[in-house]
Amino acid sequence: MSSGLATVSKILSYSCVDGPGNRFVIFLQGCNLSCLACHNPHTIGLCNHCGECVAACHANALSMVDGRIAFDPLNCDQCDACLVKCPISANPMVRQFSVVELLDLIRPRRPFLNGVTVSGGEATLQLEFVCRLFQAIRNDPELAGLSCFVDSNGQLGASRWKQLLAVTDGVMLDVKAFSESLHRALTGGSNLPSLQSARVVQAAGKLYELRYLLVPGKTDREPEVDALIRFVLALGEDVRVKLNAYQLHGVRGAARAWEKMPKAGVDAVARRLRAAGLRNVVTPAVYV
Amino acid sequence: MQEQLNKLQCIVTDPTLSPAQKAHYLALEAENMLPYPSLDTATREALDERVICDMYEGHAPHRPRYVLPDYRVVLANGSEYLELDKPQSLDEAINVLMIAYHQVPSITGMPVYIGQLDELLLPFCEGVSDDELYRKLRLFWRYLDRTLPDAFMHANIGPTDNRVARAILRVDAELKQIAPNLTFCYDPASSSDEILAMATNNIVECSKPHIANHPLHAQSFDERGYGIVSCYNALPIAGGASTLTRLNLKEVALRSAGEADFFTRVLPTYVELNFRLAESRIDYLFKQSNFFASFLVEEGWIERDRFTAMFGIFAMAEAVNILQEKEGRTGQYGGDETANALGVKISRALADAVDGRPMQNVWRGRAMLHSQAGLSIDIDATPGVRIPYGKEPDPVTHVQALSPHHRYYAAGISEILTLDETIKDNPQALLQLCKGALATGFREFTANVAGNDLVRVTGFMVRLSDIKKFRRLQGSRINTTVLGAEAADNVGILERQPRVVGHELRPGYGQ
Repeated sequence: MSSGLATVSKILSYSCVDGPGNRFVIFLQGCNLSCLACHNPHTIGLCNHCGECVAACHANALSMVDGRIAFDPLNCDQCDACLVKCPISANPMVRQFSVVELLDLIRPRRPFLNGVTVSGGEATLQLEFVCRLFQAIRNDPELAGLSCFVDSNGQLGASRWKQLLAVTDGVMLDVKAFSESLHRALTGGSNLPSLQSARVVQAAGKLYELRYLLVPGKTDREPEVDALIRFVLALGEDVRVKLNAYQLHGVRGAARAWEKMPKAGVDAVARRLRAAGLRNVVTPAVYV
Repeated sequence: MQEQLNKLQCIVTDPTLSPAQKAHYLALEAENMLPYPSLDTATREALDERVICDMYEGHAPHRPRYVLPDYRVVLANGSEYLELDKPQSLDEAINVLMIAYHQVPSITGMPVYIGQLDELLLPFCEGVSDDELYRKLRLFWRYLDRTLPDAFMHANIGPTDNRVARAILRVDAELKQIAPNLTFCYDPASSSDEILAMATNNIVECSKPHIANHPLHAQSFDERGYGIVSCYNALPIAGGASTLTRLNLKEVALRSAGEADFFTRVLPTYVELNFRLAESRIDYLFKQSNFFASFLVEEGWIERDRFTAMFGIFAMAEAVNILQEKEGRTGQYGGDETANALGVKISRALADAVDGRPMQNVWRGRAMLHSQAGLSIDIDATPGVRIPYGKEPDPVTHVQALSPHHRYYAAGISEILTLDETIKDNPQALLQLCKGALATGFREFTANVAGNDLVRVTGFMVRLSDIKKFRRLQGSRINTTVLGAEAADNVGILERQPRVVGHELRPGYGQ
């Protein structure tokens, strides 16, 4: 990202599920985990300009120009056929934004917003940009009241968190599993960085929410839930724990055959957490 | 004649209507056997083609469409006609109001405005504990829903943060009744953040209240004040609206060769005919009906010269899209800057026309522009200036696309934002959205939350479970369920991601 631009998968002017209040959400492209259960798998890869998506586009929004994919958003009708075609879980519709361009998008929406959230993909892969964006929001007299939040998988190292936390108001952090082997099976990576990140962020007083995805027969099993309880109690009993329910929307590959997580199962885990002394357990408002 | 008798027979024997509902429809049919107030040929034709519309108010306007009594008068003086002493206690004040409501005519036969309740009742609350107040209001609320079961009946509270307003919000969220409809008048200068948060939390519970932009409304009226009644109509207190005649902008656009022809020829023509339709009906009301001989005028609840004429418009979205097509442009209303700007230009032209046209027997001598929320029989015509169902952008973009219209519609305008259920976990988001909408110039902020049984059909509330019951031919004790069911069938209101639409009144029985 030395160009000073962010690679953006999607922008929302309105979101009530990415932190407190209504938030402007910037989904950054690219992730360093490959979760089987990912519900935005097209945000994982970075385009290698193979060109396979061009033929899949019926709206002539995609073309090859000098060996690179060119995307015309005016023609695009958002059918997402290109995403299905992409062999590497990338997204040919990503766009590059500068900090100034994003501020110009946020500014007219200011009266409606409580804050800005960067999500992904994995937002911290574009750490330098995120820091500059957050700093710019703080420095802008019109935008200064907006809170700046990051939604992360926690794979970022502790020293780099220091840089990010200096300009961040809150972090929503995912822990995918507590057993190392299960974590590797589900995500392709180790959970040690994520657990360490949770401690670092909490120590800085900026852990807004710890998120835990319940997958039937996997992360909802007793040893996992016990480990979650121990981990949160060590962080602090008031840490907000958001239980999410595995659902199939957006999921690709082997995980499509997995069972959905029913409300009753989520509620049962929530009861266990609360009984163990966790004081701020949140369950989904909606099940799909 | 035989056809009319058959219709009366159908009404009398309809298994889904209560005796009172039958009587209402029978009266409407009888009124419509009278000749229509006299209209010139061009106006008659435009009405028959439904380019202009009288809201099917009936052939003989014998009461104003909306009456907003100044209930301060009866609470301060009692009523000689009704043999009521001036109330001395909260119980007496509520009792006087309960009696007064049955004296207030309107187009639905039920009061559309039941007062700025906190302002009315606060003087009687001294020495009344919070718990007593809550229990009395809870009974009052139940009484209103059971005896005046019409979702067009509208209570107002605010803008100050006070114990009556708080108790009403609490009761309303607990009971989740269709009636009364409720508006909180918000003024950043005098409403607290806490009471606004209470109000928006109530929206999450039961899609009520809706939030009116008090400073914007107040500057459109005088010191006697305004009330929000029925489906988001803003009208003068101690008066109301004699009529609502509305212009179908889609039909106007269809009769135009293009944008220039629309603005210079066709729109001014039909605007004038809509004025004439209103004038003829107002003439009848003022010169023939004898309505103003009422004790309501004599005792000062209402004043003859405080009744406006509502100049309604609807199907803005279709009109803009038709004109865009005629001009060879593809952008659609709601999602395209050129199309949106054309819509605002139409609103401005309408406001100018209303400002430039004197009218007799109308408050301040001018009609008031109103973005009309629809009838249950409207097909392929979007209410007011709204964005068509199912095509709404995200709520922020939605508000920003429509807020430039709001300054022009002094007699009321509303958009219904449909929010998905995830907002229930995040009421702060709803609060901010509301503040943003009002700061951007919205006159009214109204939201439906998906998954609530109680939802808005345009302005009025229905219970989705009541519509299901009505469909099984059980009838409904609430008059507006019928309208909600029709709207669900005709207008696709339930298709709107999870939203419900709007209408005010249907033409009559079985139409």
